[in-house]
Amino acid sequence: MPAPYQFPYLVGGAETLARPASEPRPPSKMATDGLNVFYGQFHAIKHVTLSLPDRRVSALIGPSGCGKSTFLRALNRMHDLTPEARVEGSVTLDGTDIYGPGIDPVEVRHRIGMVFQRANPFPKSIFENVVFGPKVHGERRHRELIEICERSLVKAALWDEVKDRLNSSALGLSGGQQQRLCIARQLAVEPEVILMDEPASALDPLATAKIEDLIFALRRDYAVVIVTHSMQQAARVSDLTSFFLLGEMIETGPTAEVFTHPTDRRTEDYITGRFG
Amino acid sequence: MTTTRSQLPFGRRPLTAHMRWRYGWSAVGVIGSGFCAGLAASLLLLILGYVAIQGVAALNPAFLTHVPRPVGVPGAGVANGIVGTFIVVGIAVALATPVGVFTGIYLALFGRGRFAETVRFLADVLSGIPSIAIGLFAYTLFVQPFRHFSALSASLAFAILMLPLIIRTAEESIARVPTRVREGALALGISTYSSTIHIIVPAARAGIITGLLLAIARVTGETAPLLFTAFGSQFWELNPTNPMAVLALQVFTYAISPYEDWHRQAWAGAFLLIVAVLILNVSARLVLRNRFEA
Repeated sequence: MPAPYQFPYLVGGAETLARPASEPRPPSKMATDGLNVFYGQFHAIKHVTLSLPDRRVSALIGPSGCGKSTFLRALNRMHDLTPEARVEGSVTLDGTDIYGPGIDPVEVRHRIGMVFQRANPFPKSIFENVVFGPKVHGERRHRELIEICERSLVKAALWDEVKDRLNSSALGLSGGQQQRLCIARQLAVEPEVILMDEPASALDPLATAKIEDLIFALRRDYAVVIVTHSMQQAARVSDLTSFFLLGEMIETGPTAEVFTHPTDRRTEDYITGRFG
Repeated sequence: MTTTRSQLPFGRRPLTAHMRWRYGWSAVGVIGSGFCAGLAASLLLLILGYVAIQGVAALNPAFLTHVPRPVGVPGAGVANGIVGTFIVVGIAVALATPVGVFTGIYLALFGRGRFAETVRFLADVLSGIPSIAIGLFAYTLFVQPFRHFSALSASLAFAILMLPLIIRTAEESIARVPTRVREGALALGISTYSSTIHIIVPAARAGIITGLLLAIARVTGETAPLLFTAFGSQFWELNPTNPMAVLALQVFTYAISPYEDWHRQAWAGAFLLIVAVLILNVSARLVLRNRFEA
């Protein structure tokens, strides 16, 4: 008879969570106001208003198909690539609407980076992967590029593993290393916000732990938004949690509160595993 | 112990008549299709072997280094035709590659709706047009107005012949670059232009080069369009605005001549062509095998 499953994030109470709930709410870096996303006729995101604080990790949780990835991709205009997708409402970065007139989506994505579910290194060397962004953005000095490469890889906790083979193919790295390389690649272009779409869902527990440590460290310098369907992960790394269901945002608040005292019945059902 | 269905253990039951019939037809199908495959392969080997035997016999150093001589004069060669083939095909590649690759990029990444569909359809139609018709087209466009044959007009015909193959292979190999790699580039704040030029096209490089090699292999053996474009020449000719000797054309001229000596040279020329096409095909395979290596 196996032991009944315990929810690790509930076992130790609030102190196991990333941050005490009492900490004052930090200033907002990004915010959405009445955000709607449609795929053709399908209303994927329904009127979501959410504030995403600077230098904090915000987690978006919810069952598969609830729209959390769709919401995330609206935050750096990735939907621009999908002709049938339509975005309404506003998304602001430091108060400026990124969908506003005269805003260059390339510039938006320069400031708001993204890490994807499956690692997507370029078919180039490790070094080229990291410095590709800075190069395209105009950095030509080789010495400077080498420094950026090292700095980014150190920040992404990958430097020690790859420093002796910077010129070998990025495709030869393990899945977890590839994902950290993709994070390093993001850090190299110095974004202000990093969006992560289930960054560890394709990785084994050890690699996941490394990515999570990294996410937690990134909150010193960046606003991080992470989509995850692992509630334990949300509890471990995030300061704020927002629960999505069927395209609506049901509840948002400090992670400790959402997990221990959810105000909405549906949130409670989800985090206690009654559905999802 | 035993079930009501069968008294015998599984594996010991006799086959039903229906199952015997099915296995019988299956065997007929396998043997029949194997025989057809063998036939196809042996025909190819037969041609290759026959051309090799006939060709190698007539091959000698002079054949590769000298220009043609009158019938019966020893030491005749097709060196001008070999060089001519390189010139005509080379110019055709220079003409067709940029147009073909950029069309492929357009179709794979940006082409949507009616215009792209039309381009795709026309490329398919173009690949089915007989090469002699394309030769006639090049003749009217490039030979008639200038009142003399030229290697350039042959290159134009070859470029048109190569175009559909280059377009479709470029499109396919670019479309096969995963969307997530494109998104990864865009998420770094990189413009579509930069990501296309620096990430997507290099990632599809192997496929593009393969298509190019196959297109070269296809036109190297083409003769029909050359009849009224490059026309042929008995002399060293390096100026592409003049008529020029091309190996495939020399093979044709020699083969229909009444002279035994020229027939032998035609075999040797045909052998050279087959070897060239074989090398191109094999290198295309090698390129494709090494893809996804950064």
